[in-house]
Amino acid sequence: MTERPIQILDDKGKALRGRLPKLSKEAFLDFYREMQRIRIFDHRMLALQRQGRIGFYGPVKGQEGVVVGCAKAAREQDWILPALREGAIAIMRGLPLDLAIAQLIGNDLDLCKGRQMPCHYTWRKGKYVSMSSVIGTQISHATGVAMAAKYRRTDEAVLGFMGDGATSSNDFHAGLNFAAVYKAPVVFVCQNNQWSISVPFEKQTASKSVAAKAKAYGMPGVLVDGNDPLAVYEVVSAALDRARGGEGPTLVEALTFRLLGHSSSDDPTRYRDEDLVREWEAKEPIARYRAFLESKKLWSEEQEAELLDEFAGEINNAIRRAEAAAPVDPKTMIEDVFETPDPRLLEEFAKARSSLS
Amino acid sequence: MTEMTLLQAVNDALHTEMGRDDRVLVFGEDVGFNGGVFRATEGLQKEFGEDRCFDTPLSECGIIGTAIGMALYGLRPVPEIQFMDFIYPAFDQIVSEAAKMRYRSGGEYTCPMVIRTPCGGGIRGGHYHSQSAEAYFCHTPGLKVVYPSPPADTKGLLISSIRDEDPVMFLEPKRIYRSLKGEVPEGEYTVPLGKGRIVREGGDCTLVAWGAMVETCEKAAIELSAKGKEVEIIDPRTLVPLDEALILASVRKTGRLVIVSEAPRTGGFAGEIAAIVAEKAIGSLEGPVVRVTGFDVPFPYTLEGLYMPDARRVVRGVEDSFNW
Repeated sequence: MTERPIQILDDKGKALRGRLPKLSKEAFLDFYREMQRIRIFDHRMLALQRQGRIGFYGPVKGQEGVVVGCAKAAREQDWILPALREGAIAIMRGLPLDLAIAQLIGNDLDLCKGRQMPCHYTWRKGKYVSMSSVIGTQISHATGVAMAAKYRRTDEAVLGFMGDGATSSNDFHAGLNFAAVYKAPVVFVCQNNQWSISVPFEKQTASKSVAAKAKAYGMPGVLVDGNDPLAVYEVVSAALDRARGGEGPTLVEALTFRLLGHSSSDDPTRYRDEDLVREWEAKEPIARYRAFLESKKLWSEEQEAELLDEFAGEINNAIRRAEAAAPVDPKTMIEDVFETPDPRLLEEFAKARSSLS
Repeated sequence: MTEMTLLQAVNDALHTEMGRDDRVLVFGEDVGFNGGVFRATEGLQKEFGEDRCFDTPLSECGIIGTAIGMALYGLRPVPEIQFMDFIYPAFDQIVSEAAKMRYRSGGEYTCPMVIRTPCGGGIRGGHYHSQSAEAYFCHTPGLKVVYPSPPADTKGLLISSIRDEDPVMFLEPKRIYRSLKGEVPEGEYTVPLGKGRIVREGGDCTLVAWGAMVETCEKAAIELSAKGKEVEIIDPRTLVPLDEALILASVRKTGRLVIVSEAPRTGGFAGEIAAIVAEKAIGSLEGPVVRVTGFDVPFPYTLEGLYMPDARRVVRGVEDSFNW
């Protein structure tokens, strides 16, 4: 593994000599648009939370480069096993914005039928798997999906996400170990944002990096600059190709920084120095990528204004549609426990409801 | 019909389902090459190949976590946990993930899988090869809990569990793995989940028991019959879903209920059955509901004979339901 994170753009957004991937002008622009869309969505959803219109929100601010780099690297047939901050991948894979917002509200339009806290999206059509709030459990699910794809001899690969805290979990060890033993076509992406709520990375592990842990499992570990979406794209694409080629799993550590709190319920000023936040703000992915586009004469103030306007309108319309949906129907509380409801539950629920009406 | 042990019935069910459905994969510790420490999976790797029956690293959370991934994908994994006492590293995966997948995703994702595990005492296995931990799983909505007793039921219930669309805990009473033999139908024999059976008819007292305790109750019934009391033994076969109607009908007929379970008493499933009868059939009861269970102690090694309910304790329990 590398000691320094792999970059294509330097901290100021300057493309390193000979390193740019061969992409069309449109493709370069699209990385920017998607990152901006996540940031605007984040901003609006946090505002809705502050206004009491949604109950909770887990912001992505500062980590958009990892999310977009990975989403662009994945092919349509690939599976996504997300953690908390990859919801935008579901949206990039077709989850309509109003359905995403309905999940945050928890109403009748929500695919989860209002059963999960906000940011726990599900999107089967995009092979984006429902997650729990338990840290790390999805890591071995990613391995299992990949083992199944290998058994079926398809060209599907799997992206399994986690934060830095999850690298301490049982399932990190089990999931990586099984994946390497069975050469499962999975790429593990650790978004190392350096904070597990209030606990900094150095208290999570004495290892110099997450990527270093890959060696003992017998798989490559790659450290990439998570605030450089092109580097993430390139590293994850190569790892997915490797997985598809039958060469087994890779652990990618995308080094980034969570600029806001863990969630809308968290106040990060209680546990971390504002100077550190400012230091990482200077390296944040969107400004940096915009500097790159501007240096190539691919972006202008007018385009920026147009984009912000377009997304604001799109999100406002989606909020309107989502908020217009009916509340969750009480009868749905007992659905989906099993394929066929347990008669004992049906009887108990019917009795409880009749005594209330 | 062929005479089989309970173990052979498990093997026959796995063999039957692997033969008809290539989504079925069997794996766990020592399950592949060695055919399992009890030989429940003997011959499966040889017949179906290493990609369908294989050994795993020694990690229960890994076994169940990867099985969940396979189920999400659309396969029918049948992982084995070598002893139920070792299931706890996988507890989180079972209760937080497998049990909630259908519900939390609004039905977008499901988790059809069968977790097979030998359970129960009576083999001199001490703390860590003896427990009967069904109550933890019955307490988690989203899991079915099957606890078979005779070989034919074991086969039929295992096949039904593999065909079920939801996660099933399949708890195999290992004390009677080899000692109990019975006629087992050949081929695709199924027993529906949620339908109990009347093991023995009788009008004086209802005994409810599952797993190895059914056999214990049958021994007690002979003794009780000699003393002039005819008991009715109900084996619910599956604790979730539970055939409540069968238990209630029997209690309404006999007026008495003794529940026999080898698990510790407090918070056990015997208490749940007592509560159901208290809520729905108290007017039929002519005596107190009696529980004959294990004690609230960690499972003891040398004193397991004292810990495990036996025929004598069951007879005493029935007598207590008359004399109060």
